[in-house]
Amino acid sequence: MTAEGSAAPTGMNLDPMTLLGSGGRRQQIATTILAIVLGVVLGGVLIIVAALLQGRGFLPGLPLEAYRAMLDGSFLCAKGFAKDAWTCKEGGLLDLKALGNTLNVATPLTLAGLSVAFGFRAGLFNIGAQGQFLVGAFVAAVVGSTPILTGPLHVVLALAAGMLGGAAWGFIPGLLKAWRGAHEVVVTIMLNYVAYLILNWLASSQSMFRDPSASLPRTREALPDAQLPIMIPDTKAHLGYLVALGTVFAIWFLLFRTTLGFEIRTVGINAFAAKYAGIRTAFIAVLTMSIAGGLAGLGGAAELLGVVKGYPAEFLTNYGFDAIAVALLARAHPIGVVGSALLFAALRAGAGTMARAADMPADIIVIIQALIILFVAAEVVLRRLLPGLRRRKTAAPAAAAA
Amino acid sequence: MTVATPERLAWVRRILRSRWGVIGVVAVVVLVGSSYLQIPWIGDLSTWLIQKAPPQAYIFVQYAVPIGFGALCGLLCERSGVVNIGIEGMMLTAAFVAFLAGAYLDPVLGSPWAAFAAVFFGIFAAMLLSALHAWLSITVKADQIISGTVINILALGGTAFFNQLLVSTSGLQGTRTLPKIQVPDQIADIPLVGWLINAVFNQGPIAISLFVFVGLLHVLLWRSRWGLRTRAVGEHPKAADTVGIDVYRTRYTNVILGGVFAGLAGAFLTLELSNSFEDGLTGGKGFIGLAALIFGRWTPIGALGGALLFGTALTLQLISRIPSSAPGGPLGEWVATVPPQLFGAIPYVLTIIILAGVVGRAIPPAADGVPYDKESRG
Repeated sequence: MTAEGSAAPTGMNLDPMTLLGSGGRRQQIATTILAIVLGVVLGGVLIIVAALLQGRGFLPGLPLEAYRAMLDGSFLCAKGFAKDAWTCKEGGLLDLKALGNTLNVATPLTLAGLSVAFGFRAGLFNIGAQGQFLVGAFVAAVVGSTPILTGPLHVVLALAAGMLGGAAWGFIPGLLKAWRGAHEVVVTIMLNYVAYLILNWLASSQSMFRDPSASLPRTREALPDAQLPIMIPDTKAHLGYLVALGTVFAIWFLLFRTTLGFEIRTVGINAFAAKYAGIRTAFIAVLTMSIAGGLAGLGGAAELLGVVKGYPAEFLTNYGFDAIAVALLARAHPIGVVGSALLFAALRAGAGTMARAADMPADIIVIIQALIILFVAAEVVLRRLLPGLRRRKTAAPAAAAA
Repeated sequence: MTVATPERLAWVRRILRSRWGVIGVVAVVVLVGSSYLQIPWIGDLSTWLIQKAPPQAYIFVQYAVPIGFGALCGLLCERSGVVNIGIEGMMLTAAFVAFLAGAYLDPVLGSPWAAFAAVFFGIFAAMLLSALHAWLSITVKADQIISGTVINILALGGTAFFNQLLVSTSGLQGTRTLPKIQVPDQIADIPLVGWLINAVFNQGPIAISLFVFVGLLHVLLWRSRWGLRTRAVGEHPKAADTVGIDVYRTRYTNVILGGVFAGLAGAFLTLELSNSFEDGLTGGKGFIGLAALIFGRWTPIGALGGALLFGTALTLQLISRIPSSAPGGPLGEWVATVPPQLFGAIPYVLTIIILAGVVGRAIPPAADGVPYDKESRG
């Protein structure tokens, strides 16, 4: 942050080294895996400690049992495990129902995580994915419940509308950043609350939107044509995940194969140099925040049209916040987002089975998630644990800092 | 002011010469006049401000206390150049630990003492988290926003996990709330100042300490060696380092001391305002604290002002539909139609406006959020 505010080029808040990870790709992958392993191991220790606190005695086998149940609840059909009988039908290895749930959680996580990662690339920290997600979901609900079009065009229109709604919500911090130098982190934190409160009001007390028959206040449900169709038969998996994968590819292409993407990444690495080279940094900031908002909004729209159907006034979702963890673990790389979203989605989808198997609150997975990104944040410390990689760290950071 | 006035009325002249004096006189005249004449709208507001709001002011203060402490936590961190968006998580953890300590200590120490002791456990928990934040952002030089985010997620998951593990299943009850000072009616009824005494002192010890800490920090920040060093480190760490100030140590001290305030905010919620804990209890108060800090332009008194304003806005959310507490007349009817959610959004919208610089731009300390590297040539 600079004292000159708007006079300085925008996008200088983030240290690209800490975000995108310094060093080569091999080193990044190694530290990421180490972070995940450490998070999972510490989570296991926590399970043992919690069992002690519960007065169940020292149960060293409990973490393994819990993690197995987690895999079981998220995609696997493990044999010889009592509580999974109802999910697996024909003795295959993949439990399609469970996998469907995982993919449904992965859809909004991928899109919102992509939103945060995209912001990172331009050196902007989009904490506002949550608000943009909510706006996208609400707009999709309104468009989806209004009979404008029929057939598959309606769902496309609703998704696009949700994306535009999110983009509008992301445009505000982008504009304030470029025009007045207002720090996007604080503005987006505030906008998250504003979005939640205003949408809560619209969905609960405005007859234009509220579903009169719903007991808990929510908007009207999206019409059948506007809902995302089921992708795998006999499961809840909707087409949203394919939309998410397509979007990931589009963003990857934009970032790494177009001039605009090059400009965005240049601003992210060194905004002063980018400005000196003639890149319109203010324009890039506004555009990046709008696109990031659109991605989160698309995530909200997919979640709404695929899962919740009507926008609940008290939409208690955390996808927009979990997205930050997804983007961090992915080192802000679109392809990495796919993997880290799947990991966190599996944790989430398997949390219930895990909690039942270990007789422990399901919130354990939130702690594991936090521990993993704690280790990602403390990457420098992790690197000291990897002796084979220590020598490589000197060259790359110097290049990035130049 | 060419008209000669008698010497004993010199104070009148002085008031009328200063801009704020004139504004004050006009405000008093408008308030009293419009209220007395029962002018719709303005008069309703004046009547509310003169008659109904003062006796309720202590409730506004109660809402403002966690926000104010959150802002003080942010103040110490950001003045020394460390952005702290983990205030929310620190507050939440402190609230839970304080609740838990109070519940467990209750059988041992008895009613008021268990709560007093539990406050220190809450503070300690928040200090541990802020030490983590300090280590990550100062020594590891990780991105400070990421560090704060990690703390928030960790706190949300951790408190929910242990709350269900230890409290929900066992039906553990919190210890009784900290004793409040009861302001006698004779004092609360003193015209003009009674309500103010009531607002500040009709509170528990933590709430009252907020005002003490704000005053103390105001003096220390601008009049003490610590304050000068803190501000120097937050504005230009390289220069501070050159004259021999230990940048890392100053930042560590400030961030960990900031944890004390986050801890007090949390302890206030579970030991003074209520004696129970629920998941996500803080509900964004840490973030509103951050907003109050910005609103108050990174000063202790400004932050307190922001906290009081935002606390009042949040209280209005509750009282706007209660005739005995809300304004009367057409204003009252209008206020009752304003959706409560919009009152709730006031702090956030105001902060965005302030940040956008539409009404007086807010400019943070220059080195806010920038990790300091002793060896860099920057």
